[in-house]
Amino acid sequence: MVYLSAQDYEKIVAHAKKNLPEEACGLIAGVIDGEDKIVKEVYLLENTDHSNEHFTLDPKEQLAAVKDMRTKGLVPLGNWHSHPESPSRPSEEDKRLSFDSKASYMILSLMDPAAPVLNSFHVEERQFVTKEELVIK
Amino acid sequence: MKITVAGIAKEYPQGLTVRKLIESENVETPEYVTVTINDDFVESGAFDSTVLNEGDNVEFLYFMGGGR
Repeated sequence: MVYLSAQDYEKIVAHAKKNLPEEACGLIAGVIDGEDKIVKEVYLLENTDHSNEHFTLDPKEQLAAVKDMRTKGLVPLGNWHSHPESPSRPSEEDKRLSFDSKASYMILSLMDPAAPVLNSFHVEERQFVTKEELVIK
Repeated sequence: MKITVAGIAKEYPQGLTVRKLIESENVETPEYVTVTINDDFVESGAFDSTVLNEGDNVEFLYFMGGGR
């Protein structure tokens, strides 16, 4: 189970909408409690591709975020990105580039900006996708 | 020697290269991992020749990207 606060959910949605028509992206960090991942911090990073079809995180921003996580006693849990024009599910490119099998990959669909859809996924061997149970409250 | 890897203090023998550290740490898909030592980015072509020193702080950053 992945837990995300409503406040952090709104933070992701606001940043993604602000960056339309481009994809937006960032990192999530928190604590792991048994099988549960509890998101405590959402990082808003630049999409260096500045594209509506692709995203890439800036390694320098990634490093700064990871260092911030360490000072707060948090661990990296994964990343998030938006799909401005497609559903909330990993694309073939998303799967191919999911190099960390321990990570949660959150995808926010803004196909209907008035009704955003956020899901979290686990990807094994860069192809086998499992939808994680995501609790937003 | 003592180094810190992803925030965890570890003991490794002297002369350890970045490549050997990646192998020892069982890093997944190392060809897509960016390595920093004391906040400096190490070129992937220098993994074999870069030797770690006592007190170094190493981070592994996965390439993160995708597309619709």
